[in-house]
Amino acid sequence: MDDAQTIPDDQWRPDRHQKSQRDEKDQSGCAICGLLNEDGSLVDGGLIIRAIANMHDRSNGLGGGFAAYGIYPQWKSWYAFHLMFDHDAARRQTESYLETVFQVAHQEAIPTAHLEVIRQRPILVRYFLLPKEELRARHYDLTDDDIVMMNVMHINKTIDGAFVFSSGRNMGCFKGVGYPEDIGRFYRLDEYQAHLWTAHGRFPTNTTGWWGGAHPFGILDWAVVHNGEVSSYGKNRSYLANFGYQCTMHTDTEVIGYLFDLLVRKHHLPIEMACQAVAPPLWSRIEQMPPAERQLLQTLRIIYGGALLNGPFSIVVSHAGGLIGLNDRIKLRPMVAARRGASLYVASEEAALRLMCPSPDLIWRPAGGVPVIGRLQSQPQEVSVA
Amino acid sequence: MRKWLVEPDFILTRDPDRCINCQVCVRQCANDVHVHDEEADLVQSDSEKCVGCHRCAALCPTQAISIEKASLEFRPNGNWTADRIRAVYKQAEGGGILLSGMGNDQTLPVLWDHMVLNASQVTNPSIDPLREPMELVTYLGRKPDRLELNRDANGKVSLATELAPQLRLETPIMFSAMSYGSISYNASFSLARAAQAAGTFANTGEGGLHKDFRPYAKNLIVQVASGRFGVDPDYLNVAAAVEIKIGQGAKPGIGGHLPAEKVDAQVSATRMIPERTDALSPAPHHDIYSIEDLRQLIYGIKEATQYTKPVCVKISAVHNVAAIASGAVRAGADIVAIDGFRGGTGAAPTVIRDNVGIPIELALAAVDARLRDEGIRHQASIVAAGSFRSSADVIKAIALGADAVYIGTAALVAMGCHLCQKCYTGKCNWGIATQDPMLTKRLNADVATRRLSNLLRGWSLEIKEMLGGMGINAIESLRGNREHLRGIALSDRDLNILGIKAAGE
Ligand code: SF4
Ligand code: SF4
Repeated sequence: MDDAQTIPDDQWRPDRHQKSQRDEKDQSGCAICGLLNEDGSLVDGGLIIRAIANMHDRSNGLGGGFAAYGIYPQWKSWYAFHLMFDHDAARRQTESYLETVFQVAHQEAIPTAHLEVIRQRPILVRYFLLPKEELRARHYDLTDDDIVMMNVMHINKTIDGAFVFSSGRNMGCFKGVGYPEDIGRFYRLDEYQAHLWTAHGRFPTNTTGWWGGAHPFGILDWAVVHNGEVSSYGKNRSYLANFGYQCTMHTDTEVIGYLFDLLVRKHHLPIEMACQAVAPPLWSRIEQMPPAERQLLQTLRIIYGGALLNGPFSIVVSHAGGLIGLNDRIKLRPMVAARRGASLYVASEEAALRLMCPSPDLIWRPAGGVPVIGRLQSQPQEVSVA
Repeated sequence: MRKWLVEPDFILTRDPDRCINCQVCVRQCANDVHVHDEEADLVQSDSEKCVGCHRCAALCPTQAISIEKASLEFRPNGNWTADRIRAVYKQAEGGGILLSGMGNDQTLPVLWDHMVLNASQVTNPSIDPLREPMELVTYLGRKPDRLELNRDANGKVSLATELAPQLRLETPIMFSAMSYGSISYNASFSLARAAQAAGTFANTGEGGLHKDFRPYAKNLIVQVASGRFGVDPDYLNVAAAVEIKIGQGAKPGIGGHLPAEKVDAQVSATRMIPERTDALSPAPHHDIYSIEDLRQLIYGIKEATQYTKPVCVKISAVHNVAAIASGAVRAGADIVAIDGFRGGTGAAPTVIRDNVGIPIELALAAVDARLRDEGIRHQASIVAAGSFRSSADVIKAIALGADAVYIGTAALVAMGCHLCQKCYTGKCNWGIATQDPMLTKRLNADVATRRLSNLLRGWSLEIKEMLGGMGINAIESLRGNREHLRGIALSDRDLNILGIKAAGE
């Protein structure tokens, strides 16, 4: 484990290619929901906890979690790392590693409540970090985001008993083994104010309760809650390896997060187009489009065949700029959406949706492959379509 | 006249109670097995000449003919098998190289038969292709890393990427290179027409492009092989893509030889060589002695076609196939076709056909992994070839990483080939591997086209069923998705190279 004490060498760079590996994934059914106040107004975690609790029977107590955006205004330019440690040795090793590569502005235990039902808790700590100048100089061609991602993968893969489960700025993932409403209370989420919340209740079929395996999956400011199974996992994983993404978490949700990171952050695709890459229109539909659009979508699909997410899914992908709700192309998992004023809501079930938003201006069932997109208004907007 | 020690492969029996002495078999057999004895007014047969093609039996109106393997047993010997003993007899008789047609017929393990596919249960619904869309569309050609967009002042985006030329296939199955000359006009014509009907491609092989097939050129891949037969700027430009043939799975490392008897007026015009001369393809391209020379030829062809056609490089699966494929991609190939050691041929020295090269399963897995490790997998498509016997073999190849496959033998079988392995004699009784007008007219082009189309349709439907079973509705999600394969009775080493888990894992 000594190697983890040194700054990761070039093998951890995102532009290095990964040796082909065998594929792993898990399977699960689930409940998801999300809410976004596009005007940036804040709401505490109580509402989203009630919504996910309403779908209690969609999970089996083996995992629940939340993502919240806008919760760390005092540290908003620092990467907020949420870590879980199995033991003190892992913590000591990780902290000495973090100090070698990052400036640590602040660190503290993640506040939790004493809840009887939440058992076998790891040590939960958060750190507010920025890459050291020395590291930036060494990787002068990488952004801070790239450096952070490389270090997250490095810690998760090499330090036994340590796991970074949240690494974005001014946001955080909170998750663990238990029913989601209990996890929410355990993390005292009613004490956080956020403009964007997502939640997940898990029903895994082939995994033991590991805290790191709960959703959301978080990398940088991306958080993904996912109901479904990615049948294209093996393909997506090897495709992502071309771009230096190392799937280390044995969960198919991981590839969804990396795909959005690749398409939006690295390849600068508009959100709509990133959605069209992961859930593209049928070739037969593309053929009927007007020429410019047809050519655009044909090219998109030809280039990003490896990014197509196949299999049944409904996902809520959240990021600093807003929220995306998306179903697989033939809608094999449930998702409903609603709007009221500047607020957007999505959930697996209408009851949970109406619990968050009793009298919506608009409520609809998004068709397969048609994204629900919410944008924080302070973010620069991008318009799609040729 | 019987040669000393050379024994027949088959025993042909005619049931005298059934035979009506109609002489159909006499007319059908190009190998002169059946002769009509004028004096006795009786049909007689010489089993020694029988190649086991079943033509006579298939056409005999009274099912009077039965053909069995000759049961002249040697003393059992696991080392000196009957085949090996007979081969020595033959060679001692003639002193030459023994020839064979079609692919390697040895009983080496077929790894496709040691791989099984996945299907959905409970957590993941299977998809019924009769109710839901199921997409097999495949694009072959070089892909860029990423999409580039233009953004105008209002943030409106438009396409900036100019995609390299691509082949669009409605189904990921193409017809492998089979030259006009090695196969008959009707066989070539049927392959071209069936490819067009199915929205896929047929490869002309190295025999040039007959003028009659030009209307189908949009669905034809033309080949540039070491003999350069029929190659001129027009040939390169009418086709959908150009393939440089470096090697062939059935005979890696050696050239080709179309005997003069097959070079009639039409073949001579198409190949651009004198009539009734041997068409010899040298073993190497004499302008390619290394990878940089290959690059020159690839770019020579791209220049000649103004960069409007994908250029494919076909190599045989040999030991270092992964490195060779990587070199070909770096040299500019948009498609790399890999031909495994069970691939067919019109003629090859038997010893080479049966002993040189490696199985396509391992070659494909190695090439796909190597290109991914080097981060250049998207720069070229991989087409696998070398004996796909069923849609299951095809879908397994796709899961291992192939973008599409070439079928040759299966296409010939669809047209009536009985795998008698005598293609090099020019006496194909089924009218396929021959230029003898008496024989070629037996293959009706409309019937053959329909049979080929049916085969593609049947296999495509089966692929859709299997995809749907896996919960996948677009073929690109299975491509290189080895998670959907498991190995049975394979060594750890094999599993490792194939990059798959064992069944039960
Ligand atoms: S074709 Fe059949 S019936 Fe006719 S001569 Fe031959 S064996 Fe006899
Ligand atoms: S093509 Fe004709 S000669 Fe060749 S194996 Fe098939 S039936 Fe025999």
